[in-house]
Parts: sequence; structure tokens; C-alpha cells
Amino acid sequence: MSQVFEKRLLTGDRGSGVLLKLWRIPWVFLLLLCGVAAVGYVALLTAGSGNPDMYATKHALRFGFCVVMVICIGFVDIRIIQKLAWLGYAVALGLLVLVEVRGTVGGGAQRWIDLGPMQLQPSELMKIMLVVALASWFSRASWDRIGNPFFLVPPAIAVLLPVALIFKQPNLGTALITGVLGAVIFWSAGVRWWKFAGAAAAAAIAAPIVYDNLRDYQRQRILTFLNPEADPLGAGYNIIQSKIALGSGGIWGKGFLQGTQGHLNFLPEKQTDFIFTLIAEEFGLVGALVTLALLLGVVAFCFLTAFRSKHQFGRLLAIGLGTNYFLYIFVNVAMVTGSIPVGGVPLPLISHGGSAMLTVMLGFGLLISVHVHRDTEMGATRE
Amino acid sequence: MAPHGGPMKLRWPWKRREGGLANFTMRGVKIEEERRRGIFTRRVLALGGVQAAAFGFLGYRLYTLQVEEGARYTTLAEENRLSARLLSPPRGRILDRTGHVVAGNRLNWRALLVAEQAADVNATLETFNRIVPLTEAERARVDREIRRRRRFVPTIVREFLTWEEMARIEVNAPDLPGIITDVGTTRIYPEREHLAHMVGYVAPPAERDMDGDPVLALPGVRVGRSGIERHHETVLRGRAGAVQLEVNAVGRVIRELDRREGIPGPDIEISIDTELQKTVRGKIEEGTSVVIMNARNGELLAMASQPSFDPNIFNSGVSGAQWRQWTSNRATPLINKATNGLYAPGSTFKMVVALAALEARVTTIGERVVCPGHYDLGESRFHCHNRSGHGGVDMRTAIKVSCDVYFYEMARRMGINRIAAMGRRFGMGVDLDVELPGTRRGLMPTREWREQQGRPWALGDTVVHGIGQGFYQLTPLSLCTMTARLATGRAVQPHLTRAIGGRPVRGSRPEDWPSLGIPDRDMRLMRDSMWSVVNEGGGTALASRLPGGYGQMAGKTGTTQVRRVSREQRERGFNVRTLPREWRPHALFVAYAPHDNPLYAISVIVEHGTSGSGAAAPLARDLLVDTFNRFRAIPPGPRVAEGRT
Repeated sequence: MSQVFEKRLLTGDRGSGVLLKLWRIPWVFLLLLCGVAAVGYVALLTAGSGNPDMYATKHALRFGFCVVMVICIGFVDIRIIQKLAWLGYAVALGLLVLVEVRGTVGGGAQRWIDLGPMQLQPSELMKIMLVVALASWFSRASWDRIGNPFFLVPPAIAVLLPVALIFKQPNLGTALITGVLGAVIFWSAGVRWWKFAGAAAAAAIAAPIVYDNLRDYQRQRILTFLNPEADPLGAGYNIIQSKIALGSGGIWGKGFLQGTQGHLNFLPEKQTDFIFTLIAEEFGLVGALVTLALLLGVVAFCFLTAFRSKHQFGRLLAIGLGTNYFLYIFVNVAMVTGSIPVGGVPLPLISHGGSAMLTVMLGFGLLISVHVHRDTEMGATRE
Repeated sequence: MAPHGGPMKLRWPWKRREGGLANFTMRGVKIEEERRRGIFTRRVLALGGVQAAAFGFLGYRLYTLQVEEGARYTTLAEENRLSARLLSPPRGRILDRTGHVVAGNRLNWRALLVAEQAADVNATLETFNRIVPLTEAERARVDREIRRRRRFVPTIVREFLTWEEMARIEVNAPDLPGIITDVGTTRIYPEREHLAHMVGYVAPPAERDMDGDPVLALPGVRVGRSGIERHHETVLRGRAGAVQLEVNAVGRVIRELDRREGIPGPDIEISIDTELQKTVRGKIEEGTSVVIMNARNGELLAMASQPSFDPNIFNSGVSGAQWRQWTSNRATPLINKATNGLYAPGSTFKMVVALAALEARVTTIGERVVCPGHYDLGESRFHCHNRSGHGGVDMRTAIKVSCDVYFYEMARRMGINRIAAMGRRFGMGVDLDVELPGTRRGLMPTREWREQQGRPWALGDTVVHGIGQGFYQLTPLSLCTMTARLATGRAVQPHLTRAIGGRPVRGSRPEDWPSLGIPDRDMRLMRDSMWSVVNEGGGTALASRLPGGYGQMAGKTGTTQVRRVSREQRERGFNVRTLPREWRPHALFVAYAPHDNPLYAISVIVEHGTSGSGAAAPLARDLLVDTFNRFRAIPPGPRVAEGRT
């Protein structure tokens, strides 16, 4: 029955696809996202010492809004998305320039744009738009064309431009993540591995030259970024307290609202960057692994969507969006466990704060669109 | 299946394929698509592998932190969270022999300011200043401490508030946001300067007082700096209690988890009788020191040294002006002259010389020595205080009339070291182990001591030392000890502690003290001789007999020159009463009473009192009468206040 129904809709016109689209919305994936957000709700409840008015309610409302947004985006035809790819990129780049200019004029280092109930960090939006733009660029490129170095110049510029702007903010962590994200699309599109090696070598040569031309305060920021322990009352203290909180959680944790490190304020920024620590302290290794499993499920679904897509645009888009979320998870959890020396990366959908959630959910909306339109014909490859 | 042109509007940077779309075949597209898909699959599987490995790494990292190192981090988390705070135990009190408190703890009402509870710290302090005026210095200290501390840590604004001040602060509490009042304890000495030299005083601990006891780090803690307070410091201090608190990251107390009360320092009962002590102090002048002892067990009943000081002043810190006033005063109020003043014993030492002579067998009890008023040794002539001479004197008479010539001869016969040895047996020039830190041992000169100084010991020195003059440096306390030992024949030692925490300490019974080991016959002769000094015609202190009803006193006068009297002065017939006061001799008297059953020993030194019989003996007599009167009400023997802790 359903096959008949599906077939009829499939062969139908664009306008008659609404029901099929509704049918194809990956509800399991949305359920997974709700699960992650629920973990975030509990964690933010404990960050607010059991008071939902502190963070948790806002989190739930935001997520609810985002879910509606995600479903709406899911209905948007994937071809339209591809058409608008570079427009979106241009808008994100424009916003990035805007905050840069405003920051310079205002003298402050404001990195976000106020959207009323939420704030938007152009650097976060940029990552999504970059993925869309690159996916679009590579979607119809043939193997030969990808082999042509000149074909790779425009997308490389498209990556380096925002990376440079974000680096200048300065937000070195996000700049690096953006660069890695771009490289992943290049990789998935099939760019030869030796070109990555060449780019890495070029970066290695350029790094000291760039460093030499930086001003002292800029260098200081880079040094603090690379070695937070050198600032024992700042980032170093945070990492130490975070490790204590994690370690003291043990296997089963201290129990809901029983985490001493969190509730006695030893944990800094517990509602944002260190939210995972709070979960691990109160719910132990078990809670931490369950959370990680949920997050892994989200990333895995992105990969699954990529494999199921019949068009390269959808495949690259899904991989890019999945990797974007993966990078958030990896950098954040590696940071709070003291494995890598980075700061300022939240855990979207769990951390308090709208910007990362909004952009990540925007990405998941696009992913759902890929899922829904996985069989859409996207036109031929170009030589 | 028409190809879309839309998404590929960006055809630059090269346009050579413009129009090449016609070359496509369905088959070509399919092959190209399959190829691309294959590459994509391989690449993305590799990427997925990397990401899966990264998740694996995170899981492993969590495992190491939470399981393998979990115990260590749990400890660290507990250390973060828990803060033990010490509770200062109340300091043990010091009681006199009747149970009267001579060093107690007084409630100390304090006003504190918690900066974070005050909307405006300056406004609050201004209001406080109108209610309880603060000095400029106090205000500066408060400002300094508030700036230094965290905003929730209380700062002491004013200590030792009176009831009236407390009431005014409480009434105005609504206008004093941030001000809280609390109560601690502070040391108080109700008898002020009367017992200061024995009880001592307390002061905030200095670096050198830190003996590892964590109590000393607590604010407001005081340590004993002299007297009993210092000697029994570790006992009086007690043991600290502790509260275990849960604190947050900035150190604010969240809740109390556990409380263990400290052990208060036990009360210490001392042998001084406050009433007697006050009576004694009321009768003596500046430069006089008196020691009254229970002759049977060495308990000190009164010990006075004029002038004294108020130990309460040390509690809140001694001002520079006050300190200068004490230290520049030539009468040295801070120094207890009964334990730290050093004097030659003069004639009061003659019993010791006599006993040494008997023990050395250089004389017999009955031997008579002729005193012509002077004693010639080679070219030197030593005078007796009686210029016309005492004629033939035996030992008893020599003591009674204090004949110098007799003792010159005895000293010459036996030498200085035998005298010194006997002196040490009577507690002079040795450590007496009294509970008063800083007590001077004094000096009992010997030939070797002199030679160590690089000077030869001359025979003339020996002769002079026979009458208690010369290099001796003895304290009034050791003279009183000597007297008690003469009275009882036991090596009693002076002490103050009767009981700690209600439990008597050793030394309160006469049997606790060993015998001196001197033949009874010799000791009886000494006591008889001392009796005759006061009670027989010709005795030097006949004028100072005890009045009827108090039994009889036995004693010995002494007068020690502070300047050498030259031959010319002597020949001009000098009179000590014409000398300036500071050149006049010191007056000494030692005594015990009653003669037939000694209870009390006393030593009196009146600096520049001119003569022992004139200045010291009458005072000693009056004080002994006071002692008898006082102890007729309470027994002098062992009686320890009961049930006090």
C-alpha cells in the first residue's frame, strides 16, 4: 500500500510531493535530537541548581522553536538549497565582515549579532554556509575536473576567507575548526591526498611568517590558546577543576543535583562550555557514555543520510553537516577532559546558549532536506 | 532528464567547456556517477573511521579519568569542598589557693563588618562612628582589613564593647547594614597588678611561639608570655575543636557538616593567697621585695615586688608609649625583683657559713673566737660592725650578735668552696625550678668561678665572703628558700602550682621533700641561734619580736653595703644616715615562725633600707602577723579547691 502511495507521489509533480516529504521526514532522527536536547535540559536543570528558570526552560523553548524550523527547512527542495548556496555563503561572509567592522569601530570584541531572543555568531553560521557552498561547488564536478588544480582555487579561497576573518576576531579555535571542516569536504569530494599534504606543508611554512608579523598581544592570545596551563588562574584552573569534577563522578556519578564541583561553583562556565563535565560528575561514566552514544547516533545518522543520497550535493552536504557537529563534540569533550588545550567551544543542543543551537539546527534542517530529497535528480556531472 | 543550468552559473574561472553539454550521453553520466560514488564511499568510510576512533578515544579518556583515576579525583573534590576550621577552646583559668579567680576569661563583645552585606561600607562606618566613636587609627585599620579580605569575611570594627555600646549598636541595627555583633573571650586579671609577677600575662602569639599547635593560627588567640601563664601555656591552652564545613569555590561556607568541640584548658590552682598578697603589697614601698612561703612544703603564699604592672594592658596590645614608660622606669615594674633581683645576702648568710664550718670540722659548737672589733689578715684589716668588739663569742652568740670577726675566721679556716657547697644545698646559686620563667639562678662564687674570670682568688676574698658580702648574687626567693630549709631541715623547693584541673600536684606534703642530711644537733643550734637573734637580750632583732599570741619568730638580720666604705670615711666616723639614699646599704631580714613548729618562712629585702634590724625586721614581723591572722581563717596546709576544672 505504502509503496503504491509513495510511487504515485514520487512520479507526481513538485506540488504533490508534500505528503511524500512528510512521509520521508526522518522522525527517528528528530527523536534522537530530542533525546540530546533532553540530556541538555537535565544538565541545565542541575546547572541552575534545580531551578528550571535559570537555563533549562529557555533551552527547551529554543529547542522547540528550532524543531519547527528544522521541519520547515526539511520541506525546502534540495535544488532550491543548492541554488541559494552561494547567496547563503555571501550573507554569512557579510555578517562576519559586519561584526569585524563593528568590533573595530565599537572597540569591543563583540562576535555576535542580536536576534532578540537569540544571538547569532556569524562564525557559527559561516560553518554551515561554507559546507553548503562547497557541497554545491563539488556536486557536479567530475573526477577529472577535481583533478584540475585550478578548479580547487575558488573553493580554497572560499574556505580561507572566513578562516582568516574568524582568526582575526580572534577566535582561533573556531577558525581552525572551520578550516578542518572545509578540508573534510575537499577530502570527501575526492581531492587527491597529496594535495592535502601540500597544503599542510604550505601552512607549516606560512605559520612562522604570519606569527612573526603579529603584534605582541596577538601572539599572547595564540600562546594562551596553545598552552592554557600557563595561565593557572584562568584556563588552567578551569581544566584542573573540570578534570576533578569528571574524575570524582566515578562510574555511577554523585546523583542528580549532588555534584559538589558544579554546585559549589568550582566548575567555571558550567552551563556552557563545561556542561558535559556537569553530566559526568552527577551521572558518572555511565551518564557520560550514554550522552556520547546519543551524540554518536546523531553523527552516524548524518553519514547514513550521505550514503543514501543519490546525488553528490546531498552526500557532501550530509557529510559536512555531520562533521560539523562531530567537531563540536570532539573538541568540547576533549577540552573538558584536558586532552586538548582549547577553550570556548560549546556542546550544541546541550550547552546553554542559542547561537550554536540555532546554527546546528539550521544544519540539521538542511540534512533533513537531503534525507527527504535523497532521490531527487540533481542533473549531470560536468566534465 | 534535462540538465539544470541553474546551480552552475558560476562557470569561471575557465570557460572552455562552454557548450560541451552536447557531448554527454546517459551512459557517460552513469559511469562518471558510479566512479564518483565509489571514491566518495571509500573516502567517507575512512572519514567515518577517523570519527569513530575519535569517539573511542573520548570514551577511553573518560574511562581513565572516572574509573582508573576516580579515587584520586574524588579526594581532590573532597579537598575542594571541605574546609576544616578550628574552634578555639576556652583557656584554663588560674585560681588562687582559696579558689578565687586571678586569671579568668571575660566575654568580649565585638562589632564586625561584613562588607558584602553593607550597601555602602563607608556610610555604615560613618553611622557606626556616630554611635560608637572610632579613632583615626581604628578607622584606618578597618579600611585596610576590608580591602584585604574577601567581601563576605567579617572584619573586626571594635572589640571590648561595653553593654551600653552593645545596646546602642543593637538599637541602631537597621541603620548599620553589614554590622554584626558577636562574642568571643578575652583574658582578664581581676587583681590587676597585685599578682602580675606570678600569674604573668598573655599576648598575641609571635612567630617564635608557633609550636605546631594549629590553635595558634586562630584570630584572637593569646599565649602566655610570663609567669604561670607561660609556664603552663600548653596545659592552659587546651585542645582545639574543629568544625568541618562545606565551602564553595570562593570559600563561602555553605553548611556545617560536623562539629567536634575542643577540650577547654584545665583550671590551675596556685598557692598564692590573694588577700595576703594584697596586704603585703599595701605595706611595702618601691624597691622592696618580699617572699612568704609555707616553710614545710615550699608553697609560695605571697611574693611582692614593688612596683608592678597591670597585665590586662597586654591583652589588647601594648602601646609604644606604655612600653617606653615601663622600660624607662628605673624601678623596673615589669621585673619581679623577688625572683630576678640579685643581692649579696650579708649576715643572713651566716648560718650557712656556720653549718659549712661544722661540716668541715674546722670548729666546734663551743669554740670561742675573740672579737676585738677587727680582723687582721696580713696587711689588711677587716672590721666588725661593732667597732669596739664582741669579746669572746661562740657560734650561737656570733649569730645572735652577728659578729663579723667570728665568720671571717671560719671562712679563712675552710675556704670559699666549702661555703659555696653548703650555700647550694640551701638553694642558693642553683636552679630552683619555680614556675616563673626567667627566674635568675644567681651566683654562688667559688674559686674556680673566679679563676674562669681570669682573676686569682685571694684569701681576703674568702674572709669577706664569710659574712655574706662579696661576689654573691642571690635572689630574695633563694633567701626565703634557705630560711625554709633551715626551719625544716628539708630541701623544700619554692613552687606555685597546687593543682591542675582539680588534681593536686606532688610537693604539697613535707614528706615530698628529701632531708638536707645535716645532723639534727647542728640544725637545732642554727634554729636556736636564729631564735636568740629575735628573742634574747643582745640579739640584733630583739625589737621585732612577735606580739603576744603569735608564738615566737626566729630570724636573722642582714645589711649589705652597696659601696665600699673607705678607711678615711671610717676614721672620720661616717654615718650611713647622712649618705644619699642610693648609697645607703640594703636592709635584709629572713625569718620563720613559729619557732617551735615552723609554718612560714619569709625573706624581706628593702633596697637602701640602711639596716636589716631597723628596716627589714619590723616589716617582716608585721607581715608574719598578717600571715598568721590570714591563715587562722583558712588552714595553710594542703587544701586544694575541689571539683573545679
